[in-house]
Amino acid sequence: MVRINGINMERIEGKTIAEYLEQAGFDSSRVAVERNGAIVPKKSYEEVIITEADTIEVVSFVGGG
Amino acid sequence: MVTKKQLEQAMDQRFSKEVYEKFKQAKVCIAGLGGLGSNIAVMLARSGIGTLKLIDFDMVDITNLNRQAYRIEHIGMPKTRALREIIGEINPYIKVETIQAKVMGENLEKFFAGETLVCEAFDNPEYKAMLVNYLLERQPKTIVVSGSGMAGVGSSNQICTRQKMKRLYVCGDGESDAYAGMGLLSPRVSICAGHQANMLLRLILGETES
Repeated sequence: MVRINGINMERIEGKTIAEYLEQAGFDSSRVAVERNGAIVPKKSYEEVIITEADTIEVVSFVGGG
Repeated sequence: MVTKKQLEQAMDQRFSKEVYEKFKQAKVCIAGLGGLGSNIAVMLARSGIGTLKLIDFDMVDITNLNRQAYRIEHIGMPKTRALREIIGEINPYIKVETIQAKVMGENLEKFFAGETLVCEAFDNPEYKAMLVNYLLERQPKTIVVSGSGMAGVGSSNQICTRQKMKRLYVCGDGESDAYAGMGLLSPRVSICAGHQANMLLRLILGETES
């Protein structure tokens, strides 16, 4: 099981961070991603593969300040 | 003229000496001096944070007056200078460092190296993400307090503080984007600014939030 933003997700293992973000409708230029307590560098989104038991947090920023 | 001693005595009446000393020794870097950043800076100044580093490239515009800490007399002035003046009228003994420049690319290292408490208060979501990613990737000792989602007149109670990552706290409702037709108004922007400022004070005192 993979946990993303506190929710258990099925059939996510094997996808890259970039693939997951696109599938879930996130704009990758507006997010920060943490995987198992470590920030995922932006340039690694295409390479990092989500694996069993990963805990992922995606923060998506909205405009205004 | 109010003296430094008078101001410090006034602070000591409200806090224990220990709390006030921690605030006085602390430094916070605020990136973006709009509705969030200008109000956060004023709150931190009132709280007695010893050093504030203020970064923004922009000038005060008439459209800022609905939610930012500036006044008519500041229109056309760089926000860094206007805010330095405002803080000087609240507590002239706070050390204010200013950088009037756009935060991007090669500037990031120059502006943020060594800063351990950074308040992200930009308007643009891509810039928010850019700064947060940079600081979390490249500065392992930096904690970031960010604002996201405070437009419109939705319930105030939707705005909260969450520790989203090990070194990232996000304040806001997470979804109220500022777009044409739903602008930013003083109350919710100030509520979000209050969340950010309070989280910064809590971090200075060694407290966390889940």
